[in-house]
Amino acid sequence: MVFLLGCAAITVLTTAGIVVVLGAESVHFFRASGESPVDFVFGTKLEPEAVPPRFGILPLIWGTLMIALGSSVIALPVGLLSAIYLSEYAPRGVRSVLKPTLELLAGIPTIVYGYLALLLVTPALKAVLEPLGFQVETFNALSACVVVGIMIIPMVSSLSEDVLSAVPRGLREAGYGLGATKFEVSTRIVLPAGLSGVVSSFILAISRAIGETMAVVLAAGSRPQLTLNPLTSVETMTAYIVAVTGGEAAAGSPEYLSLFAVGMALFLITLGLNVISGFILRRYRESYQ
Amino acid sequence: MTPPTVYEPERWSRRALGPIFGLACLVATSSGVVVLSILLGAVVAAVVKGSPGGSAFAMLRHLMSSFQSVDPELAGFKAGLAGSLWLLGLVTVFAIPVGVGAAVFLEEYAPPGRLRRIVQLNIANLAGVPSIVYGILGLALFVRAFGMKRMALGPTLWAGGLTLGLLILPVIVIATQEALRTVPGSLRQAAMALGASRWQVVRDHVLPSAMPGILTGVILALSRAIGETAPLLMVGAAGAILRLPRGPSSRYTALPVEIYNYAKEPDPRFQGVAAGGILLLLALLLTMNATAIVIRNRYARSSRG
Repeated sequence: MVFLLGCAAITVLTTAGIVVVLGAESVHFFRASGESPVDFVFGTKLEPEAVPPRFGILPLIWGTLMIALGSSVIALPVGLLSAIYLSEYAPRGVRSVLKPTLELLAGIPTIVYGYLALLLVTPALKAVLEPLGFQVETFNALSACVVVGIMIIPMVSSLSEDVLSAVPRGLREAGYGLGATKFEVSTRIVLPAGLSGVVSSFILAISRAIGETMAVVLAAGSRPQLTLNPLTSVETMTAYIVAVTGGEAAAGSPEYLSLFAVGMALFLITLGLNVISGFILRRYRESYQ
Repeated sequence: MTPPTVYEPERWSRRALGPIFGLACLVATSSGVVVLSILLGAVVAAVVKGSPGGSAFAMLRHLMSSFQSVDPELAGFKAGLAGSLWLLGLVTVFAIPVGVGAAVFLEEYAPPGRLRRIVQLNIANLAGVPSIVYGILGLALFVRAFGMKRMALGPTLWAGGLTLGLLILPVIVIATQEALRTVPGSLRQAAMALGASRWQVVRDHVLPSAMPGILTGVILALSRAIGETAPLLMVGAAGAILRLPRGPSSRYTALPVEIYNYAKEPDPRFQGVAAGGILLLLALLLTMNATAIVIRNRYARSSRG
């Protein structure tokens, strides 16, 4: 009993550990660098190696947002359509093939997607866009958007499908009884009934895209800049953290400590999205007897 | 009564929209299959292209038996494979007892109320924390122990295993809880009515009948740990390691980390090496997933008959 309680306590201690580590080291960072939290979040210059160093992470937040939005544009519609297909249209046999395939896709390590971006997506983008007169860099945000988007499709589709399948049959049959077509039943009855679950799966997927590391590090590169051009390199928060650990920064230096502050920002953003997603799922769930 | 002619103008679009939409849905869903085939095809093609003499199997054997190198002809994944298997063992030892224990506590012991709600909510949120944040936690807590030299583990297998263990802990807890919930309450009541203590009920009845579900969940969680790269980069698996780990306190590298190191090399000859590593990684994952499926199927059969 004490052992079991201890096990449960470890999970709580993990959260406490994350908060304490990130919090304490972030405070160290702000003391050591003299950066104010406002300048940290809204500063547009990220030059940790300059003298004096500047730590404005707005370019990182911008890069992260760009990848998250770009990948959502791909993943959310495709994921939702495939959820509707699996729950409303698919015959049993097809479904029993497609569902495990999607699960298999969800289990592929992100490093594989990163490699794929370098091997396939970026060369493909170059082949298509460069004849049209666009300059495509080897590391670019668009390539990262594509692979991260592909990566989070299974997440959107499997979470949304769970909610859509849980909508009671009676609602669908009432719709058919009134003469609605399959399309109308799917989009005007089933989808609104499962909307809370669909929205919460969207938010979870965006949060996952924000926290994604390896695919982005390999595909998008590491140039912190505020740009609207998706064909150039950007740096995300996760890529910055990896770059600092892999770099020469001495433990305890402001540059080294900045990785904790960026980690804190990342943790708060993803935690916020996850909490909102859970709240939407609970608060707006339609419950059926 | 409205005359039926009112419906005429919309009838065509109502009839046409359905199939178009259904087709769009089908295309969206099959994109998953397409992506999976492209992915495997591209990786295999890269291996074949990169292997001298075009024999992919010889190439893989070579990759499994040689260490990291700056020369693509000599480079391999021997240290990474060994490191990943060590990590797998350590994670199994750390995370499974704790994860299953926490799930048993939540499902079988904890009285419903505030404490249980908080722990449950906490686990759900932990499952959504990006893996790199666990890497930061492992870096500060295990590798450097807040600068306390005597407690610090350094960039060793211990630190990597503990970090990955924490990372998959919520996955194991959630999967185990789901398995425990499928055990019918009548089983518990019958055992208790015969005078079994709560622990006896759990040990002799609930855990054995939930075991297939727990095993499946645990194997899937372990296969997640095997593929993780970012947290290992944080806790020090980054360097080129040219010998096999001798014990849990030696330095190490892991298969996905070596793949990353090769993939970012600008020399195109390393692409074949990285692809070979990915094939090895996918083969490892496939073996684990297949084991999980076999366990699930065997259980489904035995529970019917």
